[in-house]
Amino acid sequence: MEMTYVKAINSALFEEMRRDENVFVMGEDVAELGGAFKATEGLLQAYGEERVIDTPISEALIVGAGIGAAVLGMRPVLEMQFADFISCAFDQIVNSAATLRYRHGGRAECPIVVRAPSGAGIHGALFHSQNPEAWFTRVPGLKVVAPATVYDAKGLLKSAIRDNNPVIYFEHKRLYRSIKEDLPEGDFTVPIGVAEVRKEGSDLSLITYGGTLGQSLDAARIVEKEDGLSVEVVDLRTLLPLDRDAILATARKTGKILVVHEDRLTGGIGGEVAAIIGEHAFEYLDGPVRRLAALDTHTAFSPPMEEFILPSTNKIVGAIRSLAAY
Amino acid sequence: MSQPEGARASAEPAARVEQELQLYYWMKLIRAFEDRVSRLHRQNKVLGGVYSGAGQEAIIAGTCAPLSEGDFVAPLHRDLGVFLVRGVDPGRLMAQLMGKETGLSRGKDSFLHGGDMKHGIFGSTSMLGSSLPIAVGAALKFKMKREKNIAVAFFGEGASSRGDVHEAMNFAGVHKLPVLFVCENNRYAYSTPLEKQMAIEDVADRAQAYGFRGHVVSGNDLLAVLDMMERVVPRMRQGDGPSLIECKTYRYRGHSEHDAALYRDKEELIEWQSRDPIPLYELFLEKKGHDIKRVREQVDERTQKVVQEAVDFAEQSPLPKPEEALEDLLAPSGSPAPKAK
Repeated sequence: MEMTYVKAINSALFEEMRRDENVFVMGEDVAELGGAFKATEGLLQAYGEERVIDTPISEALIVGAGIGAAVLGMRPVLEMQFADFISCAFDQIVNSAATLRYRHGGRAECPIVVRAPSGAGIHGALFHSQNPEAWFTRVPGLKVVAPATVYDAKGLLKSAIRDNNPVIYFEHKRLYRSIKEDLPEGDFTVPIGVAEVRKEGSDLSLITYGGTLGQSLDAARIVEKEDGLSVEVVDLRTLLPLDRDAILATARKTGKILVVHEDRLTGGIGGEVAAIIGEHAFEYLDGPVRRLAALDTHTAFSPPMEEFILPSTNKIVGAIRSLAAY
Repeated sequence: MSQPEGARASAEPAARVEQELQLYYWMKLIRAFEDRVSRLHRQNKVLGGVYSGAGQEAIIAGTCAPLSEGDFVAPLHRDLGVFLVRGVDPGRLMAQLMGKETGLSRGKDSFLHGGDMKHGIFGSTSMLGSSLPIAVGAALKFKMKREKNIAVAFFGEGASSRGDVHEAMNFAGVHKLPVLFVCENNRYAYSTPLEKQMAIEDVADRAQAYGFRGHVVSGNDLLAVLDMMERVVPRMRQGDGPSLIECKTYRYRGHSEHDAALYRDKEELIEWQSRDPIPLYELFLEKKGHDIKRVREQVDERTQKVVQEAVDFAEQSPLPKPEEALEDLLAPSGSPAPKAK
């Protein structure tokens, strides 16, 4: 069945709530409105107001209450209306949830999912464009995923809901209605912690995730056609834990790595990927590990500035050519 | 507990006599345990932060004793007594404070951050007030599943200044959740006195703004706390919504053992010590006809024994292996077989 990225999220929620009566959804405007982006549309009508709960504007409460229900066996899916607002729930995520099992000596679990619509390129400006994944990818006790395809949007959300740990699920707003895919009928999941090679290649590797996968694939096709370069594209899919095997495999295969992400450069996932490769595949490298990411500034509103700041297909093409020529 | 010699002869049901002595035992055990922990800290046997709740025992005994097994309790960092009254093995609790393998968190965290969900105790973090939204979530679960349990969240008047507390109470009020907010107002947030924390006298006043009742009791008067619980909790179990009980009290020691609390007036401490919950309750027992001297002797003997055994157990317990620091971070993946709808 053909569906959009946002519909795939909706479909995963629908099916998981049917599969397991302990799954419930909570967040701002998720019930009557069906979510600011309609990701939870129809759930209220199907499952009722006890399992689809509109909350006040209280992000710490949303995550905190999710934690309290989760330790008693529930499986809450908690929506941050925009990933930007996740900062208001930061303490509950990194202190209450991430340390929960650890400080209870392994005798308690916190199976929550925090859904966070992230990403720029929609003129959302400073507080509706953020990619805050790297705030969480260094927190032990959490898992962080960022689906880039319709199939993964559904499969990773199902895995996140069934996982017995707190999972932060970053869904890219720009992808909601811009990509479509024909999904198989019936239940399927995508494993957390496993990257996917989206395009095989031999000259150079792009390692990316989330909002920049599409641009990376476009750029790879352009340089293949125009420059005869064979570019491999690896989609990380999970950002914590990183799939080190997949990262090292592509590094050893092509010897030239460009990491691409829409999150800012400094402190982003790209640094960690580069470090893994530098430590464990140095002798296979044919050039520096390069990173193309958002510039180290806030995501400015005015279109010329926003374009200047964010990665794009053209910028990726340029970076590929530069690295290929090294 | 078996009835000590000196217990009153009474025409009242034996269970009632037993309960009034059991409450005395809890307060005495908490005090004895607290005092021993403070001593062990001075001897460098208990490391890290130690936050004594000495002086606040009536609140713990009075609120926890009437609770049911399935209730959810989120104690704050000063509520060591919650663990004891809820039935956690004192040896494991002491081992927790000594960072031992046999402790609640298996050495992972200090003091009271290691909860024990088997006894319905959620381990708080150091971010005071952050456990209130969590208790609200537990209450939400009880309501969703039509369970008669309640969630109890302890917090200080200090934590009442945090946004989490507002968010939690507001949501609990909107959804009429079975959550009891117990404020232990001991007048100081570390060194900051009440008048610099809030412009009103009673935290309980805030309940009204969230659509439920707030009550003020003397937190040093066990009978007052118990009486309030009897008034409030049965209603909550019937779906009456949240309640807030503010217990006015005072901590005898500093914020932590590192704190000499020189910011407090000596007279103030003396005044509050003269309202100590234990002698106050002894007076009640005496008036009820117990031979308090004999009861006290026997209870002291018993609490000293329990505490000593806890210390022995903890001291003999092994420290965790260094590499265990990497364990218990993540649960095995995959949910258990779900219940069909």
